[in-house]
Amino acid sequence: MIQISKDSMPILREQDVVPFRNRVRELATKIGMSLVNQTKLITAASELVRNMLKYANGGKVLLELISRNGQTGVRLTFEDQGPGIKDIDLAMKDGFSTGKSLGLGLPGTKRLVNEFSIKSVPGEGTTVTITHWKNGR
Amino acid sequence: MDRIPILKMGPFLLVTIQVDLYDRLALNLENDLITMVSKTEAKGVLIDISAVSIVDSFMGRILGNIASMSRIMDAETVVVGMQPAVAITLVELGLTLQGVHTALNVEKGMELLQNKIGLNLLNQEEYQEPADDTDL
Repeated sequence: MIQISKDSMPILREQDVVPFRNRVRELATKIGMSLVNQTKLITAASELVRNMLKYANGGKVLLELISRNGQTGVRLTFEDQGPGIKDIDLAMKDGFSTGKSLGLGLPGTKRLVNEFSIKSVPGEGTTVTITHWKNGR
Repeated sequence: MDRIPILKMGPFLLVTIQVDLYDRLALNLENDLITMVSKTEAKGVLIDISAVSIVDSFMGRILGNIASMSRIMDAETVVVGMQPAVAITLVELGLTLQGVHTALNVEKGMELLQNKIGLNLLNQEEYQEPADDTDL
């Protein structure tokens, strides 16, 4: 895997969400991602920053353009120092939520992107990484 | 103050969302709309989201809330102009906007609202056309 570009952005307040989404859109446009795939990626990113704000009082996002096997894609890493997730399997189940949202967050987000991974240590924080390729596959 | 304008047109309220909604703006809109429905006795609410490129679960919840609250206040809600990419994304996300009427564009949305409340209007004198339009 080759890293083409790298940037990071702090997400501390609700007002950071829209500029962040615009950054993601810029990256996706740069590699010529189709509108549907852009929309899926940005929506997924939006869900994840919301989680970060809601459960961890914010965090930071690493935005990367990457290339693997001749494919280019956008990889986003969401890192927070929040309370962490005790039971990831449960959190990844459709319809489960501890907050007052719809409980679509994590499983819904996973469906929108090509690659999704989550690591969490209770008391230390959560890291979610998503990757979406140019052609959406 | 950050607010999205709400236009009153006859028995309907019209809202065109031209910017990407952030939370405060969306919550203000929910509040303002319900207040307006009560104040103007509106029978229908039309929300145009043709300029909205991202609808996440929060936004979806706001749209659902507006529809349910309006219904309790005796008004129907129709969301119009959703971009195809947004529709695809919403369904994959698992958000089907149940209970929210939708139409392809403002014109079709108005038609839908008129049909929905048409029967009620016929029975209510206050919403009849002005006198100069009626046959003498």
